[in-house]
Amino acid sequence: MDYFLTEEQQMMRDVAREIAEKRIRPVAAHYDETGEFPWPVVEAMAEADLFRVFIPEEYDGMDNGTPIMNMCVVTEELSKACGGIALAFAATGLGTMPILVAGSDEQKKQYLPRIASGTLAAFGLTEPNAGSDAAGVATRAVLDGDEWVINGTKQWITNGGEAEIYTIFCVTDPTKGPRGVSTIVVEKDAPGFTFGKKEDKLGIRASATRELIFQDCRVPKANVLGRAGTGFINAMRTFDLSRPGVAAQAVGIAQGALDLSLKYSRERVQFGQPISGFQGMRWMLADMAMKVEAARALVYAVARWTDSRPKERVTAHSAMAKCFASDVAMEVTTQAVQVFGGYGYMKEYPIEKYMRDAKITQIYEGTNQIQRDEIGRGVLVASAAND
Amino acid sequence: MKICVCIKQVPATTEVKFDPATNTLIREGVDSQINPFDLYALEEAVRVKERLQKEGQEATVTVVCMGPPQAEAALREAISLGGDDAILLSDRAFRGADTWATSFALAQALLKLQPEVVFCGMQAIDGDTGQVGPGIATHMDYAQAPYVAEIEGLERRKILVKRLLENGYERCSVRLPVVLTVVKEINEPRTPSLRGKMNAKKAKIPVWTAADLGAPEEKLGLQGSPTQVVKVFSPPHREGGQKWAGDADELSGKLAGLLKELEIV
Ligand SMILES: Cc1cc2nc3c(=O)[nH]c(=O)nc-3n(C[C@H](O)[C@H](O)[C@H](O)COP(=O)(O)OP(=O)(O)OC[C@H]3O[C@@H](n4cnc5c(N)ncnc54)[C@H](O)[C@@H]3O)c2cc1C
Repeated sequence: MDYFLTEEQQMMRDVAREIAEKRIRPVAAHYDETGEFPWPVVEAMAEADLFRVFIPEEYDGMDNGTPIMNMCVVTEELSKACGGIALAFAATGLGTMPILVAGSDEQKKQYLPRIASGTLAAFGLTEPNAGSDAAGVATRAVLDGDEWVINGTKQWITNGGEAEIYTIFCVTDPTKGPRGVSTIVVEKDAPGFTFGKKEDKLGIRASATRELIFQDCRVPKANVLGRAGTGFINAMRTFDLSRPGVAAQAVGIAQGALDLSLKYSRERVQFGQPISGFQGMRWMLADMAMKVEAARALVYAVARWTDSRPKERVTAHSAMAKCFASDVAMEVTTQAVQVFGGYGYMKEYPIEKYMRDAKITQIYEGTNQIQRDEIGRGVLVASAAND
Repeated sequence: MKICVCIKQVPATTEVKFDPATNTLIREGVDSQINPFDLYALEEAVRVKERLQKEGQEATVTVVCMGPPQAEAALREAISLGGDDAILLSDRAFRGADTWATSFALAQALLKLQPEVVFCGMQAIDGDTGQVGPGIATHMDYAQAPYVAEIEGLERRKILVKRLLENGYERCSVRLPVVLTVVKEINEPRTPSLRGKMNAKKAKIPVWTAADLGAPEEKLGLQGSPTQVVKVFSPPHREGGQKWAGDADELSGKLAGLLKELEIV
């Protein structure tokens, strides 16, 4: 289907597609197995200017007003070949969002050009006791003269240990609850900042998920994004903008699995004919295709709408895109394994990885239960407003 | 440093078809691509440029292609892959050129550009002659280093290269200006970048004709081509050899018999 991408977005898609086919697909199984970080691929992405697509032109980026749609187009293409490697890109987008949302011009000048040229970023909110209930963060930052002194541990941070720039959510005023949280930029080489355990995961194994440990970590006072106390709002506004990216990752994973399933169904012969000849199989493929297309249409619509209203909250719809697309990805990739039969269950074939990779999209950046909470609240509030 | 790369647009298929009447390639209905070997030449040129720029020196890569007007697409693609600008040599007078006339025309264009280093692919996948690179060097009176597998050093007056030969490598130091042809193992070509694609879209690609080159017509195109193609055919597929099994005595006897029969011994 033609989604009428702008000429620039078509270029972004084509550039990402070449990276996906030439650089990612041939090595996806290797990084899935070893869990190594795919630096050569990330360097190729950087050389191809992909990290520029969500960064405004004035900060060395190539975005002229549609950052979310650009990010979605690229994330989807990369995810078709490997949802895990694609995440090095997408999570850098996530880590950058608080700077875009709340950073001053000076802060943007300091960080964005570096990210545009391929320095990775990461987003640090989750802690052992603060998952869905993100307001429960306990990592503490105390002002000492011209510096913040940070103590605490962040858990399961994507790009942890590989990124240079971390946007960290810390309690700066424990008397104020969620209004006492601030976003502070911490660079990898900050004194007192180290990394803990790197997780061994079900899927997206090429992605680094790691603990961030702050022990009297010192960063300049100027590293706080926006006013102190706006951290929680920054996080929520970031999720509004970043969830379509997770959704695009889900669409890419689903499309990648669908493409492989279609091909396999034309080649696998049983009962003297390709299995694609059986109506039962064709209907299965039809449902998969229909759902992927519906997910994509929703994700693009939400991404464009978000881009057209940079100052508005779009929480419910952003959550719809993420929740719907990730549920589709889980369903479609599970069916894809079914299309491959017993071969689908074997690691020798590429399809089971898609099913493992899809699962995370229902969990991170807010589980789908949390998304449904947001959607429910959003539609009920809108309904009440119309009374 | 001024660097030039010569590229050719070739059919994007491995099943090359000939028109038996004219003995020329059928290009209609076949997509085009940059000759794959030329992509390695372009990549190496861009890497040299980037290295020099990092050292604070000026360097540019100009891509040159001789071909029909639609070969402009190949040049735009080359810019998306890191070329700075491009020139298309296109004129009816160039048509039907063999390797001599092709390298002559390219050499005339390059002489106007005066590069210090010229990169070519080792051969084109449609003609497979491997003649044009060395031909250009000869027409320009430049030094030449064909089949380069690695550039080991580049100085103001000379270049150190490792050449891939049938029986190993040869390392040599060649004075500038020079024409190099490169083999596949020299690098892994990058994919296009977004900025490259934007530059490619905006680029103005001048078309140089025979008149612009100031070259006599009798040295160009079919007229200037000493090669006459008598016949083009697909060679028969090579059959697998014979396989003998047995012990050493038996086999050596059998082999000796065959060698005698073939009057080799
Ligand atoms: C691979 C990976 C990468 C990650 N990357 C990052 C990152 O880069 N940065 C970052 O900050 N975090 C990251 N996370 C953390 C992720 O966002 C959290 O795991 C997620 O928000 C869920 O929190 P939790 O795991 O603590 O689950 P819990 O909150 O403990 O939830 C457990 C279960 O309870 C359900 N539940 C919880 N509350 C409710 C409710 N109110 N109503 C109904 N059901 C509820 C959940 O849906 C879930 O099913 C990552 C996680 C993983 C696994």
